[in-house]
Order: sequence, then C-alpha cells, then structure tokens
Amino acid sequence: MTESAAAEKARQARDADSDEASAPSTSKESIGRQLSGAQIILECLLAEGVDTVFGYPGGTILPTYDSLYDSPLNHILVRHEQGAVHMAEGYARLSGKPGVVVVTSGPGATNTVTGIADANMDSIPLVVLCGQVPTSLIGNDAFQEADIVGITRPCTKHNILVQDVRDLPRVLHEAFFIAGSGRPGPVLIDLPKDVQTDICEYRPAKELAIRGYRPTVKGNRRQVSRALDILEKAERPLLYVGGGVQWGDASDELRLFAEKLQAPVTTTLMGLGTFPASDPLAVGMLGMHGGYWANMAVQNCDALFCVAARFDDRVTGDTERFACEARGRIIHADIDPSSISKNVRCDVPIVGDVGNILGMFNKLAADRPGLTGTKRIAAWRAQIADWKAERPLGYEKTRDGQILPLAVFDELHDLTEGDAIISTDVGQHQMWTAQMYGFEKPRSLLTSGGLGTMGIGLPAGIGAAFVEKERPVVVISGDGSIQMNIQELSTAVQYKVPVKVIVLNNGHLGMVRQWQDMFYEKRFSQVYFDSLPNFPALAEAYGAKGMHVEKIEELRSALQEMLDHEGPVLLNVTIPSEEGVFPMVPAGMAVDEMLFA
Amino acid sequence: MATKKSYIISILVENEFGVLSRVSGLFSGRGYNISSLSVAETLDPSVSRITLTTTGDAEIVEQINKHLNKLVSVIKVVDYSEAEHVERELALIKVAVDARSRLELVGIADIFRARIVDVGPTECMVEVTGDDEKIAAIMTMLAPLGIKEVARTGKAALFRGGRLLTVGAPKAKKNKSTEKAA
Repeated sequence: MTESAAAEKARQARDADSDEASAPSTSKESIGRQLSGAQIILECLLAEGVDTVFGYPGGTILPTYDSLYDSPLNHILVRHEQGAVHMAEGYARLSGKPGVVVVTSGPGATNTVTGIADANMDSIPLVVLCGQVPTSLIGNDAFQEADIVGITRPCTKHNILVQDVRDLPRVLHEAFFIAGSGRPGPVLIDLPKDVQTDICEYRPAKELAIRGYRPTVKGNRRQVSRALDILEKAERPLLYVGGGVQWGDASDELRLFAEKLQAPVTTTLMGLGTFPASDPLAVGMLGMHGGYWANMAVQNCDALFCVAARFDDRVTGDTERFACEARGRIIHADIDPSSISKNVRCDVPIVGDVGNILGMFNKLAADRPGLTGTKRIAAWRAQIADWKAERPLGYEKTRDGQILPLAVFDELHDLTEGDAIISTDVGQHQMWTAQMYGFEKPRSLLTSGGLGTMGIGLPAGIGAAFVEKERPVVVISGDGSIQMNIQELSTAVQYKVPVKVIVLNNGHLGMVRQWQDMFYEKRFSQVYFDSLPNFPALAEAYGAKGMHVEKIEELRSALQEMLDHEGPVLLNVTIPSEEGVFPMVPAGMAVDEMLFA
Repeated sequence: MATKKSYIISILVENEFGVLSRVSGLFSGRGYNISSLSVAETLDPSVSRITLTTTGDAEIVEQINKHLNKLVSVIKVVDYSEAEHVERELALIKVAVDARSRLELVGIADIFRARIVDVGPTECMVEVTGDDEKIAAIMTMLAPLGIKEVARTGKAALFRGGRLLTVGAPKAKKNKSTEKAA
C-alpha cells in the first residue's frame, strides 16, 4: 500500500467513527441476568474489548478477584501497584487502547498515584479500578481506607466513586470513552466493596450522554486555509511535532504534508518516531537536549506549525525569546484547547483531532500548487544542513577501551535494524536514547516526557511486550532508575516476558551529577551510590538472565547474546561517570543559548 | 504588562458530590485566585450553578475558561464581564450601637435600602444587597459606628435581556453495538 493510500484508509476509518462514543458489545447471555457488581465489572471490561489487566489483589477488591477466577481476562500479577500502572501505560502507549489496572483500597490505591500522574501528563489512556471500603464505612478511617478520589482529582482526566451497583455499566463505559477520546488520559473508578457484592439485573449502558464532555474532533476548515496561506508564503517554515500525532494516528498524513510542503520537521521527545529519523526532511529533536541545528531552526524559522505538541518548558526554554522570527505566524493544531496559547501566543489555533486536521491540510493543499517549496525553501534547508555540519552531536564511541553510550545505541540500532521498541527510564540514558537511537516508526519510544518518572522503564517495557510479540522490546535504564521498580523483573520471569534490559551503569545519578557539575560548582551532593547491587547476579536471583560488559570489543557480542536469549535479560554496561548529555540549554535560557561538551 | 481586572464567571456543573472540589482544586492547582464563590442548585436539580469572581489579565481568564471546560463535570462556562449583566451580593453586617447611634444606623440603612434584621441593646444586624461598590459604600458609612463582623454571600449574576445560561438539550450518543446485542 502506498503512503497516500494508507493515509486515505486511515482517514476513512477516522471519519467513519469520528464524533461517536465508543460502542462496546457484550455477551448476550449475561444481559438481563442477576449479576453481582464484580461480575458486571468484568462483563463491562470484556464488552470494551479488554484482553489484559494489570493488578494486585487485596481486601476490598476481593469480590472482583473472585469473579476474575472464572474470567477469560488475562490478569498480570505485578509486584508493586506502581508497576501495574506503568505496565498499563506501556500497554496503552503501544496499543493505543486504554490500559487497565485493578488494585485494592488504601495503600494499593495510593501506590498508583505516581503512575496516574505520569499518564495524565503524557496523555495516556488508563482505566484504574480501585477497591474501596464498604459505603457504610467511608469516612470512618476504616482499615485500608484512603480518599483516593480526592487524592487523584488533580492528576486524572476524570474520576468517580460508584455508590450504586446499578450505575456500574454506565460508569465503566463512560470511563473507557473519556480515557480514550479527545486528549487521552487516566480515569479512576473507586469501587466500594458492597457495590461489588450487591446484585442487580445486568443491563448494558445504552447511551453515553456526558453533557459536559464533547471533545472537538473535526478541525475548522477556514483556520486550515489561513494556516496554508501562511505556509505558502513562508521561506523558512518549520513543522514542530509532538506525541499527539501518535494518538491521532496521523503519521502518514504528517509525512504527506511535510513532503508536499518540502518543509523540515523537528520533533519533541514524545514525538520521536512519528516522523522517520532517516527522512531527508527530519531535523531530529529540539529543546533542552535537542540538536544545535534543530534549536537554531526553531529560533530562525519564519513560520512555525506546531502539530500536537504543547510548548513545554523543556522545548521552549525562555518563552519570551522562543521562535521570535515566527511571531505572527505560529500555527497550532491540537485536540486540547487549553494547550493552545498556554505558554506561547498562537496566531492560528486549530482545535481537533490532528489526523483529521492534517487530512484537511492535505486535501486543501492539493489545490495549491504554489505550496510546494522545493525552490522557495531550498536555501533554508541548506542553512539547517550547514548548522548540522557545524555542530553535530559530538559523541565518541569509546575512550581508553571503555564503552561510551553512542557505541551502545549504534550497535543496538544495527542489530535491531532500528525496529526495536525502546522503553526508557528518566535521566541521561533517556536523553542519549532520544538523541542517538534513530526512531523510524510511531509508538517505538515509550518514555516519561511530562512527569519524568524514574522507575517507569522496566514495567512499561513489560506492558508493551504483552502487545508486541514480533519486534524486540528493549528497556534502557540507569543504575538509579532501575532500582525504583526492579522488583518487576520477577513479574517478567513469571510471565516469560522477553524484555531486554540494558542498564547504563555509571555508578551515579548521572543527570543530577551533570547539573551539579555545570551549575553547582561540582559540589556532588548525594549522587554517588557507595553500594550498588551486582545487577547481573540480582537478575539471576530473580530467575532472569544476567550479563555484564565493560570492554568495547565485547559490546556487540553481548548485545547479540542478549537479543538472542528467549526470556528476560538484564545487561549491565559499565560506562564512565563523567560522560554528559550535550548540547544543553540551561533551564530558563533561550534555546539557541546552548552549552556544548 | 497586561492589566489585571476582576472577572465574574458562572459555571453550570453536574450536581454531584466533589464537583466544587474539582473546580476549586483547578484554581488552586494552577495558581489562580478565587475572591468570592457561591454555589446552589438551579431550576434543573441535576445541575448546580457556581458563580465566582477572580482577578487576572485577559489571557489568564481565557486559560481558566478552557481548563474549566475540560472538566468532565462542567457543563457550561460564561464570563459575565463580556456582556451586559446584573450582579448582586448580599452582606450581613453586625454593627455596634447604643441608644444614641441606633437612629443614625437606621438612617444609613434607609439610604442604602438595607434592612435591619436583628436588634439588641449593644448591636444591630444590617442586611444589604448590591454590587461591590454599594457594599463598600455602606461599609464606609457604618465604619465609624464600629463594624463587629461581616458575612458576604459571594456574587450571583444574570445576563440582562433575553440571554440565558442553561444546559440546553443533552445530545445523547447511541451505543450502537449494545443495542444490536440487546
């Protein structure tokens, strides 16, 4: 299938179900029967097409676990509830479907908060089902009671306490609809124990009438025309693309439009892979650790088209001095109206699903032969190429026989043919991954961009492996991050998840050390681990394969052995502690005020 | 520098518990202030109306509006500052009086069409309704007598003329495949 045919097919599929609420189907034989709340919950999950849930049982959620015993649903028993949420995030980031979590009340529920906040920041659809003490005990400081609806109110897209078993079908289907539509996000449902045990006649929800929730899907045609007017005249246009392109399934439309316009494309961390890194129009990542040429491009462009990104401070630096040449010609397409003109004033706002909007751009562009900027934009593209030649990413592969990060990413890219799904933790290794792996396909990089959650990498990789069976799933972590959820290795072993964990081990909290090195007069406060576990031995203790490598000449064969092994593997790679991430825009500076190694 | 001014915003919300906390939490979480707040049921008992006043520049108020609209429990938001409207607040003011100043108090209340709702030997309670300026004016006049306590309701507002703030007919979305299954 050609690209334009693929884009057209995606467009038709989108138009067919745009503006429609989700349409769950349910097994006929359950309808009208007397079921317990717990059974109804599972009926609803099946009706929503859920195949896998991640969870951990406990007192108040026991009725649901009892029903789960007879259910065809695949339940993954984690080792810590935070791991369950991150696995569901990995599952959702890769599949595009809401990830489902089941936990008990009190500590089970509060342990999910970090993951929920992470999903909220990165627009990941989740449905989190929490047990709660019986309604008669709510407010009594009962055993394992926590006001989880109150606690998660600011970090969920929506949350709700169910008080009547008859509300369950409606609440559950609404939760899936809200989580997965518009700007996706986490929805938490609090389920008192008596609501799970109460019995009522099961009637599926017939209507989803949420009068306060009607996300805009279709873009405004006039605004699209205005945007095209600007881009048609622009001599130095730049597309600035974010993670929303994945949720809008808009990569094909994006590529078509970029090629039509012949404009360079820069991506945010979350947008990596939505535009192929090897495309001649690709400029790579911008922002705090973006390439020199990408940041110079955004500072010098005369028209900026932001597609489903949100002008995050890690991208813009000082907003007053961001993209000044493009002021008056900033276009922003986004599904979330509150992201528009939040940080940087936008001139042409277009609210809607970016797949729909970019489809409209491509349709209208067909009648504008003058849009294609092969000649008009040529000098601009040559300028960006010059910037790139002037200051490439200046990393080396080895020093004194030691392994440097670039060697790991080059070899990994080569051995996986650039086709791996990479799940990262947070820190230097995350930025190196973003700069060096070269992502070609959407949904290939699973990373915590907004909240910056250390400890997400391993569980998110495990969650992703339940979706993707063909492509290898590789977790890139550090000696700090991996210890925040290393217990999930046990889950990987239990379910034979073939996740490959690379620990870039420099014995330090590298990113914090780098900041202290640069901005705190080398006063290295609390960034050195005097005691680190023997990671390969620890992996072996969990029942996984543990490996270690520190010499450059042994790296490739170690990576090959890791990828060839059938089950979960942890590969500890020793790297020097002084290696930094560059270029770097210090927080609060303009993005062309970069520091180099 | 953008100019700060006062805005009065009304929000129709689902009448369910926790909804006020969602709205007020949004303000505190994003660093917006609320200077007054009133909440009550509307003609439709499934809907509550929150009216609040806030200060900020136009861009902040635009953001507030967008974020409020993002809340699932919020049905509609209007900024009354943008159109002709009536806004009123009720204040109960407890004033120190004695035999000599009581008559003076009655005179002041009369000027402001305020009512005296409680009288005692050493204090008097005045009920006054109006906009900010009127309530500020009566407070200035009563201050020399000695104001002991004030309780204000927060504002209520309606558009002038025929324009209404109502929920409108809900657009229900049919759940197709369930219907088929049923």
